[in-house]
Amino acid sequence: MTPSSSIAAPGAAPGHEAHHEHGDHPSYLVDGTTVKSWLLTVDHKRIGIMYMFWVLLFFLVGGIFAMMIRLELLTPGPTIMDAMTYNRTFTLHGVVMIFLFMIPAIPAIFGNFMLPLMLGAKDVAFPRLNLLSLYVYLAGAGFALWGMLNGGLDTGWTFYTPYSAHTTTTVAPVLFGAFIIGFSSILTGMNFIVTAHTMRAPGITWFKMPLFVWALYATSCIQVLATPVIGLLLLLVSAENLFNLGMFDVARGGDPVLFQHLFWFYSHPAVYIMVLPAFGVMSEVVSTFSRKNIFGYRAVAYSSVGIAFVGFFAWGHHMFVSGQSTFDAGIFGALSMLVGVFTAIKVFNWVGTVYKGAVEFTTPFAYFCGFLFFTVFGGMTGIAVATVSLDVPWHDTYFVVAHFHFIMVGATIMAFLAALHYWFPKMFGKTYHEGWGLVSAALIILGFNATFIPQFLLGNAGMPRRYYEYPERFQALNVASTAGASLLAFGFVIIALYLVWALIYGKRVDNPWGSKGYEWLTASPPPTHNFVGPQPTYPEEPHFYVDPKKAEVSDAV
Amino acid sequence: MQSSHSASAQGGAKLAAHFASLDVQKHAARLGMWLFLATEILLFAGLFACYAAYRFLFPEAWAASSRSLDLLMGSINTIVLITSSFTAAMAVHYAKEGKNKMVGHMFFLTLLMAGAFLVIKYFEYKHKFHIGTLPGRYYFYDGIQVPGAPMFFTVYFASTALHAFHVIIGMTVLAIIMVRAYRKGDFGPNNYTAVELGSMYWHLVDLVWIFLFPMLYLV
Repeated sequence: MTPSSSIAAPGAAPGHEAHHEHGDHPSYLVDGTTVKSWLLTVDHKRIGIMYMFWVLLFFLVGGIFAMMIRLELLTPGPTIMDAMTYNRTFTLHGVVMIFLFMIPAIPAIFGNFMLPLMLGAKDVAFPRLNLLSLYVYLAGAGFALWGMLNGGLDTGWTFYTPYSAHTTTTVAPVLFGAFIIGFSSILTGMNFIVTAHTMRAPGITWFKMPLFVWALYATSCIQVLATPVIGLLLLLVSAENLFNLGMFDVARGGDPVLFQHLFWFYSHPAVYIMVLPAFGVMSEVVSTFSRKNIFGYRAVAYSSVGIAFVGFFAWGHHMFVSGQSTFDAGIFGALSMLVGVFTAIKVFNWVGTVYKGAVEFTTPFAYFCGFLFFTVFGGMTGIAVATVSLDVPWHDTYFVVAHFHFIMVGATIMAFLAALHYWFPKMFGKTYHEGWGLVSAALIILGFNATFIPQFLLGNAGMPRRYYEYPERFQALNVASTAGASLLAFGFVIIALYLVWALIYGKRVDNPWGSKGYEWLTASPPPTHNFVGPQPTYPEEPHFYVDPKKAEVSDAV
Repeated sequence: MQSSHSASAQGGAKLAAHFASLDVQKHAARLGMWLFLATEILLFAGLFACYAAYRFLFPEAWAASSRSLDLLMGSINTIVLITSSFTAAMAVHYAKEGKNKMVGHMFFLTLLMAGAFLVIKYFEYKHKFHIGTLPGRYYFYDGIQVPGAPMFFTVYFASTALHAFHVIIGMTVLAIIMVRAYRKGDFGPNNYTAVELGSMYWHLVDLVWIFLFPMLYLV
């Protein structure tokens, strides 16, 4: 593939520091250094970086809450806080992690940064809307955090009625904050869909789009189609909490199960908003570090769309014990399992890609291995909890907590960290210390397992979720879980340290992986308008690593 | 980067730097608007789901409460809103021909009818506040004492208020475009996207009402 060498770095001559390039085509990082040039930018790359700052900050906040929960559960009785504080803490952990970290993490940071680069576009279709979505996100976060600091709420992140309509804690501002964040999510999704439809460079057909773009496209469809419904629901519950309208209040003829239907109609697909971009990242990483074209490109692309589609028909599995008919429960169980089929298609194709590949065991690849384990293990327990007869005893126990942390958090965090390490050189033109990367990856994967495998056992033994105190027989496993969480936190501290170090003192690089992804066809960090000089041409598929001599054994589809 | 707009040949249409051509830009704007309208419909769809669920639970209350609404006012409002949709569509027609003054006139008429719609809605609301057919715990009407009647009015007020909110947003959008048409006169065969999108939004407002009216007043 010739273009990678000929157009690789016209604007950014490699040097030893990033800030000396004040030539004709400075990188996006140094093109304008005032605060205003960042805050009012419409450059998708700068918006991605700003998202990164805030999303990581909220991740820290959510992580601190997580550690507080784990510390509280270290002993059977009260440990570091009272029961009400505990209720608020796990609610805030859930709200912050889901709405402020997991949902925007990969699409808003890496999607914003990479999508136009991968499509050979100069920007997303609506750059100003893109900036707006960042500020809408921050406004929503501000609302939610304000509510949390002024009383907090104790409903759990699911805001189940009728409790959320009656509790005296500050429900309305947090719900309203989540509603606003939903707007941001819709705007980003719309922007990505329109960008994929209208901004593809000549030569990039639908089936030459990188798989990360396919995953983002499917994610955006879910964002656009599901978010309005929860938006309405959050408005109704806020109104209910403020004015006592009775919409979901049994005493006034309302139906709390209706709340659950509307809530999970969004929140189940929301799981795929979190995990589909993760799948997309992994498709990029696995082909890059196996030096192979992705096995079954079309199957991987279609399965993203398939998951997005089926994901809309699976919400009822959250309500197996809410008075659903047996028939409904069976149907929802079967539909939920279909997601497993599509996920399996992906997993087998990734494994097929690694098979006979020239694997380079880098930090992103280490996260891919962790990701594979979490996806398969979390996915299999997903099939288990989609089975009505099994879910009834496991419902609202730590088994479910462990399950969704494995598939949703485990897989997404693995992909987030893989993306962070894989694209760090692309975003900043510098590289980090590989040894530390691998050490922290090992710590995080181990820590994650040590945190949540005990929770599977706890749930199976009958410990309910969200309980403040527990019988002493559960203590050993809780201590193990807290120890694992500490290991996990330690891993994140190491990453923060060496990445900040790399940002300042890192070695200057352009394409350290020799990646053939379309986003590497420009300089690292990219110039403001993404490409300098002639537009790159795209004669080959995005994951084309196969040696021409071995073309006959290629897995290209 | 997008500040580097380059003015194109006719009608003041501007091509943003990151688009390949005006056609692509127009296509993107239209696609974005359709997606946005889809999200708006889904927003109301949540309310329709609530309506359906509670209608199923309280059929008698639904029948009785629905009859208590003022069918005449509702019908007039429906006619007013459909007519306003027609004038909004005419505005697009004139924008394509570059007749900016007519675009302004058409949107002015649309706004007038939108205002009439809100005034009629105000009288309907006022009447309900007076007799006490109000949502949830504020309900104090003696005429209908069937279980579930307050729920009907919860759904009624939630959906009509959300719709009225959309009417107000739509009026703001159309007013801005109207001023542009009168003051700058910059719409023409190559530059009518703003008029078209504003008008599309107005059609949505109209469409939602076309669903709400039979749901609440007729069935």
